[in-house]
Amino acid sequence: MTAAVIANIDVSKAVRRAEQPARRAALSLALPLIAFLMIVFVVPILYLLTTAVANPEVRQVLPRTLVALESWDGVSVSDEPIYDALAVDLRAAQNDSTAALLGKRLNYEISGMRSRVLTAARMVERVESGPYKERFLGLSKDWASPAVWTIIKRSGSAFTPYYLLRALDLQQNLDASVGRVAGDQAVFVDILGRTFYIAALVTLLTLILGYPVAYVLTIAPRGIAAVMMLMVLLPLWTSLLVRTTAWVVLLQSNGVINDVLLSLHLVSEKVQLIFTRVGTVTAMTHIQLPFTILPIYSVMRSISTTQLRAARSLGAPPLAAFWRIYAPQTLPGVVAGCLMTFILSLGYYITPALVGGSRDQMVSNFIADFINRDLNWGLASGLGVVLLVATLVVYVAFLRLVGGADKIKLG
Amino acid sequence: MWLPSYATRAERLPRIFVVAFAVAVMLFLIAPLFIVVPLSFSKDPFFTLPVQEYSLRWYADFFGNARWMNAIVNSTITAVLTTVLATTLGTLAALGISRPDFPARRLIMALLISPMIVPVVIVAVGSYLFFGQFGLTNTRTGLVLAHTALAAPFVVITVTATLSTYDTNLTRAALSLGASPLSTFFRVTLPSILPGVVSGGIFAFAISFDEVVVALFMTAAEQRTLPVQMFSGIRDQINPTIMAAATLLLGLSILLFIALTLLTRQRPKSSM
Repeated sequence: MTAAVIANIDVSKAVRRAEQPARRAALSLALPLIAFLMIVFVVPILYLLTTAVANPEVRQVLPRTLVALESWDGVSVSDEPIYDALAVDLRAAQNDSTAALLGKRLNYEISGMRSRVLTAARMVERVESGPYKERFLGLSKDWASPAVWTIIKRSGSAFTPYYLLRALDLQQNLDASVGRVAGDQAVFVDILGRTFYIAALVTLLTLILGYPVAYVLTIAPRGIAAVMMLMVLLPLWTSLLVRTTAWVVLLQSNGVINDVLLSLHLVSEKVQLIFTRVGTVTAMTHIQLPFTILPIYSVMRSISTTQLRAARSLGAPPLAAFWRIYAPQTLPGVVAGCLMTFILSLGYYITPALVGGSRDQMVSNFIADFINRDLNWGLASGLGVVLLVATLVVYVAFLRLVGGADKIKLG
Repeated sequence: MWLPSYATRAERLPRIFVVAFAVAVMLFLIAPLFIVVPLSFSKDPFFTLPVQEYSLRWYADFFGNARWMNAIVNSTITAVLTTVLATTLGTLAALGISRPDFPARRLIMALLISPMIVPVVIVAVGSYLFFGQFGLTNTRTGLVLAHTALAAPFVVITVTATLSTYDTNLTRAALSLGASPLSTFFRVTLPSILPGVVSGGIFAFAISFDEVVVALFMTAAEQRTLPVQMFSGIRDQINPTIMAAATLLLGLSILLFIALTLLTRQRPKSSM
């Protein structure tokens, strides 16, 4: 081979080509789990995202009305053909029992629409032929309102920002601008704020309680440190429900904590602890504490104690030596532990549901309620998207600051 | 108290304070776990300590109740199936990721770990809505699939940690001596990483056995798991039978914890 031929070979490319089979072999080992998680984990979450913007009801139930509305100018009271189309659609809806679905969807945006739709659907069943305009107006003057028709027309699109906006207490006005919803309906910003506040409070408390524990773990003699480690890890292994059950019992009005407080004369009568913010935060702090302690401990363990000794021998007072030499080096562990606890706290469901009052329920609890109780899947998904985005933002910060997620240490 | 000899009095006092504080936090960590034990043996139907009179009536209640027994059976079957599936998939993935040639390691690791990060209620709702399309809600299959997704990351992390101390020369030696890749895996690699694989399996079992939120969404009465049964029990009217269930679960956790500690004893620097 001449020098010219050798020079023509792109070495890095050739190396990469030579590595191809090995890379493929390595990847193919991970492929089953990747494929599994795609189907069972990623796709369901993407499905949740589409549910948050899906808007099938009006499209399905009122196809003819939507066609008739295409030429509507959006201002004047609608004319006869639109009402006739609505009558035909509603009669079909009554047959397929989809009128309730439509009523529920429109009711999200204009309260009272559910009953108006259902009454109208029953009316068109009785009245065989048109004209229908007067009959609709006879049932409710609202059928002449441009607002109602604007909402129906707008809800005819396949996707809607409605649920995502609602999850942030926003709504589309009739002129399609975005504004805040009425004060009495604006609850979700409050719930999000509360979720962040509780998560931050729990994170702070676990740091205050956990940092000294991590430190003592590093200075304790081997045997004692092992016992302490056991006491940190055992709660982590104990069923979440066992821990929550314990707190439900401890916090009860005639429970153990009240007994102790009374016998120590710290309080003169029983205090309400369960179903309060104090109870929720206490239980959550207890559950999250090991998640904060362990990363801090694993960083502290790698800090050489001779550094502190050196600082002291050079004349630093004890506190200064600690603050200026030791504490800054523990920061990676503190950041990792706190972000982990914060991320996990954002998604709490069980503990607030069992220990918290109605003012302590977090985003997760409302998502579950919208799925199970109100059957409002769109809003549940909208809130889910907001929670997911918030969590991922913190997670990205975690990856930036800490490195890989695989650096998480649980014992 | 654990201080170098040159320590001054001004150093000793804060140190004593820190140690006392840590001891108090330890008590806070551990005491709540064990208060369920005496209460479960109490004769009274209310929760006061110290217990006046001991009895096994709540255990009799627990073991005599078809609902609780059904829940235990469901939890066990679900957890065992989850363990098998998650351990197999997770170990394979860890083997791939640990190879030096693995492409886009950070990205794929982030994907494999993400079930630990995403709020479980989102996994639950997503599974509920999506699995519903295929008739998998209210089935054990659906629950096992969702639990496997939640448990697999723990297997990946545990086995990856073990593999980091595995000497790949062993694999190379076996292959060069003529062993097939499959028998190399089963006779050389697997035995050396077995503690990590079993630890991962224990994690997977514990996670499935303890999981509530997905189980709440994905199960009807017939597939109800133990945590779901406890959740509704606490929510409706908490009674000492739940204390008996909690005590038994605590015992199981301690057993799993001991097993894991014994497995990882030789590796003091193990993560997880």
